[in-house]
Parts: sequence; structure tokens; C-alpha cells
Amino acid sequence: MTEMLIKNGFVFDPLNGINGEKMDIAIKNGKIVESVNEHKAKIIDATGLTVMPGGVDIHTHIAGAEVNTGRMIRPEDHIKDVVRKTALTRSGTGYSVPSTFVTGYRYSKMGYTTVMNPSMAPLGAKHTHEELNDIPLLDKATFPLIGDWWFVLEYLQKGDLEGCARHVAWMMETTKGYAIKIVNPGGLESWGFGRNVHTIDDVVPNFGITPREIICGLAKVNKMLNLPHSIHLHTNNLGIPGNYVSTLETMKALESVATDGRPVGHITHLQFSSFAGDSWGNMKSAAEEISKYINNHNHMTFDMGQVIFTDTTTMTADGPFEFTLYQLSGHKWVNSDVETETSGGIIPMHYKRKSAVNAIQWSIGLELALLIKDPWKMFMTTDHPNAGPFFKYPKIIAWLTSRKARVATLKKCHKKAQKKSLLPSIKRELSLYELAIVTRAGQAKALGLKNKGHLGVGADADVAIYNINPETLDIAKKYKTARRAVGNAAYTIKDGKVVVKDGEVVQQVDGKTMWLDVETSEEMKVDEEMKRKFRQYWTVEYENYPVFDHYVKVSDAITVKASV
Amino acid sequence: MIILTPLKKFQFPIQAENINPDVFQGKSVKEIASLPVWEGNKQKKLDGLFKIEETPAETPNITIKGDASEVRRVGQGMKTGEIVINGNAGMHLGEKMTGGKITVNGNASGWTGSSMKKGLIEIHGDASDYLASPYRGSTEGMRGGKIIVDGNVGSDSGCYLRGGIIIIKGNSGPFLGFHISKGAIYVEKNAGPRLGANMTGGKIVVSGVVEDLMPTFTVDSVKGKVKIDDTLKVEGPFYVFLGDLAETGNGKLYVSKSNNSHLSRYEKFL
Repeated sequence: MTEMLIKNGFVFDPLNGINGEKMDIAIKNGKIVESVNEHKAKIIDATGLTVMPGGVDIHTHIAGAEVNTGRMIRPEDHIKDVVRKTALTRSGTGYSVPSTFVTGYRYSKMGYTTVMNPSMAPLGAKHTHEELNDIPLLDKATFPLIGDWWFVLEYLQKGDLEGCARHVAWMMETTKGYAIKIVNPGGLESWGFGRNVHTIDDVVPNFGITPREIICGLAKVNKMLNLPHSIHLHTNNLGIPGNYVSTLETMKALESVATDGRPVGHITHLQFSSFAGDSWGNMKSAAEEISKYINNHNHMTFDMGQVIFTDTTTMTADGPFEFTLYQLSGHKWVNSDVETETSGGIIPMHYKRKSAVNAIQWSIGLELALLIKDPWKMFMTTDHPNAGPFFKYPKIIAWLTSRKARVATLKKCHKKAQKKSLLPSIKRELSLYELAIVTRAGQAKALGLKNKGHLGVGADADVAIYNINPETLDIAKKYKTARRAVGNAAYTIKDGKVVVKDGEVVQQVDGKTMWLDVETSEEMKVDEEMKRKFRQYWTVEYENYPVFDHYVKVSDAITVKASV
Repeated sequence: MIILTPLKKFQFPIQAENINPDVFQGKSVKEIASLPVWEGNKQKKLDGLFKIEETPAETPNITIKGDASEVRRVGQGMKTGEIVINGNAGMHLGEKMTGGKITVNGNASGWTGSSMKKGLIEIHGDASDYLASPYRGSTEGMRGGKIIVDGNVGSDSGCYLRGGIIIIKGNSGPFLGFHISKGAIYVEKNAGPRLGANMTGGKIVVSGVVEDLMPTFTVDSVKGKVKIDDTLKVEGPFYVFLGDLAETGNGKLYVSKSNNSHLSRYEKFL
């Protein structure tokens, strides 16, 4: 079946400015085309249904060393969510850290077709790609962590941005990565010595540079290389009351880098970076301050990191932050130092409505998403699994699109959180058009994915069809119906093939792994000095370090021409 | 009362969470006979594995006559009623139960009373490992209720206890009361090594020998007798240790003074 016609659906395609128009979408050979032969094509009757581009998730931890360690330390998490095999699909387990196949199935059931694995220690790159290969039904990409990578820090220390750019270009190819990921810049290197950085002007031990220099330096490098996505940033002081000050500082620091109107940075899971107050006792939301700044500036994009009230697992490269969480909860935990590259930590976390801090966090995420006026800046994520598992997205969709749903949940929250929350004063309810922006179009645009997140001619034929009739169903009032509909797509179409029908997987296909092949005028040479360093500081020889082409099952190399 | 008699010696594990007074409640013998159970990887009906009889007696609600050591998850999550097993019981007996009573006239297997919240389990024989302990990796330990074991218990019993009482009239294996935070455990005879490791609260009382006391416990005082609950006071004297200092150090460990002369070296710190 190479031709397909989706007839009569209400199409929401924000990148092409289409807002609920009744129209047909034609597909040929896995791409959207102008028209197809109606007699030959497979017809999908979408009358009374909502048609959107396939969902895009900009930030979700689904593969790699920390995800796998998360699986290992949580047997009690798996036993409550066992997935049996069917004639078509494979068995697996959830809950907060699902197995690879279950990850693919559950994303696809919600109409998602492209996901980004946002943190990969370069040393774990081979492992990450092996896991990504095993996630079916989705196109994927992964971001190497290079904000605390020794070579990068050395280049920045010397002020050699061009050398740094060539090195980053080499790293993208070596790790088969897609974007520059920076986690708690400077903090992870300090954590190797049991310390952390607390402002963006603290000095990183042994390197004598500051987080500000790392962030701005890599943002400039990102521009020199013309990478499709901006730097992907997890801020300093994440998850600590009062941290909104350093978040604002970070955004201000990046103002100087933005010159051509394109975003230069993406602050991920913004909720965790928007705490006011100076202790857990008086911690409150800084959504007003943060959103005020964002509404007046256009050089950054963000995603929510929305808290879901459930038992989940936190995992991040931010080792010092995970240590803070351990001190708070006393739960079992893992902390690791990934040689010269990064650190990592994992700890289970139960977000409870009756905990004031958790309920305030829940409120912050939604306040930010609703107070930031431009939906092209703020996207929907849970930072899976840190603030909640991804298959709870329908809940967030309900909270965003329905004030009634928000109020219903807020009523069950801790009294203190109810009193402090700004939510009762916010009337905004996202429309289906805005929903399509925060769940696919905006994310694809921020990621620089030209063929994703829209249904224009030439785009990949990734389509999600939901059982929502915008003419008869008011999603703000009937949020439970809408929630069911977005959780169980009527159809998910991946590369022109129907993979999900009525919330059930009907076909297994492999997704592509996208990575960047950055062409610089002068390629970085791996010299003897670098090999010597590998021998001295790494547990692997240089020769065994790169991810070879055969590691990537379905490879989709995107060529980028750098300006260095 | 329903009497279940195994039709054969079971070769494969039976998953029988349906043997539960709450499930049987209001059902006829015919309906009970068709309840599903798993034998290995095959689903069977209850009467395919057991002979089912009904007697007019009110209590206990269910009696299993004969060896049920391969019959798992009996009384899982039960709320009310009473089960008597005249023979050995299988794993996960009374797991997560919230009320009622289970009596075993024989030995019990692993994870008996795992994560239970309320109710009473009496074992007139030995209990195996993980008595009252939560599933691997979980911290949701027993919250309330009472377990009485006439014989010995295996290793890792009473882990993550958060309430309730466990009384062991025999010996206990290693790691008894790992990470308990509340509640009480009483061992009438000897306790194995790593007793009370990582405990953050609650109490463990041992009237027998504790050969191997963890170094992260500090002696606090000597006490004449200890109250386990309203019905049970144990005569000492006992050394009182506080620990585990690797955690908060708020747990209390009572070890018999007369049976543990090797611990007299702690007296100089009193």
C-alpha cells in the first residue's frame, strides 16, 4: 500500500496555518503529497475526526545507561504494570521506566511519532543506540551531554571557539547525536570533587571558567555549526527553592548571543527551574516572574516538565541534584560519575497531592504553560520519567484545555498549595490549534525538523487522528471524553502506514534514528595528544569509542553545513 | 464453610488468589467451582484441582485440607473472614491482606503476610523467608495487624515494617527487621546476623542469643522488661541499643542480657 487518502477530517496544522479546516490529506510513499488517485488509494474516512501531524516530544528519557539503571533498581515499579504479549506486539513492563517495546507502543497509541532522548553520556552512546533501535514505531534522536566534557571545557578555557566547534561537530558524528545537551553546566564537573556551582558566575574547579562561559560559549558554537536545534539546557540550581533567579540570569546571559531572531537556547523542564522562596517550607511559584520575562523576549524556547501525581522515577545527569533529593527522601538511589564527561543519578519519587511542595510544583508547570502567551515557546512534556511517565500526557492535555479539569485536581491538593496557586485566576484554555502547537508543531520547529510536525507537501506522512469532533465536542467541558480520545488515537500513521487503530497497535514498523553529519571546512583531526588523553583518563581506548554506522539500525543522517 | 481438598500432589505452582473469603462470599458451590486458577501456564477451574465441599458451619469460611505448599496467593488482599490450612501453605499467603484471619497448621512459605495492613496470621509451624516483607525493591512494608509464628523464620523477615507486630517463638534468620521504621518484632529464641540493619525506628526484642550485633548500634541502657503490645510484656533484663547509626539511629534493639554474655563489653560505655 503506497497511496493513502485521509478524507474529510478537521485538520489542525499550525505550521501551515490550517486551523480546523475540513480537508483531505494525501499520502504517497511515506510522504505527504498534493493528491493521489482516489480509486487506487486506501481511503481513511476521518469524517468528524481531528487530524493532526504526528506528535513530537522534545524531551523524554527513554533509552541509555541511566534509563536502564532506573529499570534495574525498580522491580516494584514493573510488577504493577506487566504488559502481556499479543500475536503482534511483544511483552514488557511499565510503569515509570517502561521497556523499549512498551515505550514505542504507548507513544504510538497517543499519536506520537517522533521523540527525542535528551541526555546521553557520550560513553554510553553505543548502549543508547542499541536501545533506540529496539523502540518501534517512532523516529528518534538523542542529545549527547557535552556541557561538562573536558575537551569542551579546555577549548572554552582557551577561548578557542572554532576549535570547540570542530570538536563538537566531531562529537555529533562520533556519538550519532542530534543536539548539544548541557546539564547543570560546571556543576557536574564540580560534583566529581563533591562540590556544586550555585550561581552562573561560580568558578568551575580546575578549569577556572564559569557556567556563564560554558552556556554562552556552546550557544555560539551551536550557531557557528548551524545545528538545527538550539542548545538544550538544564539550568544550574535545578529543583532548589529560589532558583528562578539563576534561571533569569541564564536567559539574560543568552540575550547577547541571539542576533538573527532564531532561538539560541531551549530551557528544558522549566517547572523545576521556577521555584521562589528560600527553603522548602516557604517555597512558592515564580511562574509570574519567569513568564513575564519570556513574554518580553523571543530568544529562547521551553518545555514544561509537568508534574503528574504518581509514583515515578527521577533520573538525570545532574548528580548533585539527585543527592539533594536523596537527602530529602532517604529513598534508594544511584549516583555515578561518568569519567570525564558527566555524572548521573536516579532516585524513585512519589509526587503526592497532599504534599505542599509537590502540589506547588504541579501548579507551577501549568501556570507557566498558561501564562506564557505564545504557544510556540512553551511545549508539553513531563520530562519523562522525572515528573511523571509520558503516557499520562492526556491528563496534562485536559489540564491545559479545560479550566474545569484544573480546578477539579486543584481541589484535591494540599491546602497551602491551593492558597498559593495562581491557577484559579487563570482563565486561559488552550484550543485544539494551540494544543497542536505545544504537542507537535512547536516542538518540531524548535528542533529544526523540517519534515515533522506539519502536513504540508513533502512532510513525512506521520499523522495522528483523534476521535474528537471540534464541532460537537467542547473539550473544555467534556475533558474526560477528550482525555480518552487523545490517549487512544483513532489512527496513528507512521511513514504512510497505519500502525495504531482505535488505540491498539496493528502493525510494527521500525523508526529511524536521526543524527547530524556536520560538515566543517576543516575536519577535526584526532591527534596523538587526544589519543594519549583517552589512554590516560578513559576506561576505553579511543578506537572503541565512536558509534559505528552499523550500530544504528535505520540511520537517517542529516547533513548540516557549518560556517566554520 | 467451604472445604477444599487437593485432588493430587501439585507438580506446578498454582496461582490461586481466588481462594479468598471475599471472593467466595455469596457464591454457590457451583459458582466457586468455576473460579479460574492458574496451574503453571495453564488456566484451570478450581474444581479441576480441588474437591469442593460445603458444610453448614459458619467459621472458618475456607478450610484447605492437605498439602497446599504449591498453592500460592491464598487470601491475597482479603478483607474479612477466616481461612484455615491444615497442611503447609504456599508463597504469598495473605499478601496485602487488610483484615480477617489466616491459620496455618503446618509450615508457611516465602512472603507470607507480605505488605499486610491489618488482620491476623497464625502459623503453627515454621515460616520461610521474607515473612511480612514487601516485594523486592518496594518499601511498602507491613503496616498493621499481627503475625504469630510458633517455629522459626527464614531470612529477610519483617523488612520495612511500618506498623503491626510480629511474634516469632523460634529462631530467626539473618536480616530480621531490615529498614523497619515502626512496629515491633519479638524473637523468643535466637536472631541471625545483621539484625535490624538500616532500622530507622520501631523496636526489635530478642530473648535469645544475638551472636553478631552490627557495629552501627550504640548501647543506651539496661531495662528490666519490655512491652511488645497491650497483651505481651517480656521479662529481661535487656541491653537497649540505639541504631542503625548509618541511618537516623532512632530504632531500638533490646537484646537479652543473661543470654548474651559476649555483649558485656558494651557495659563500660553505660
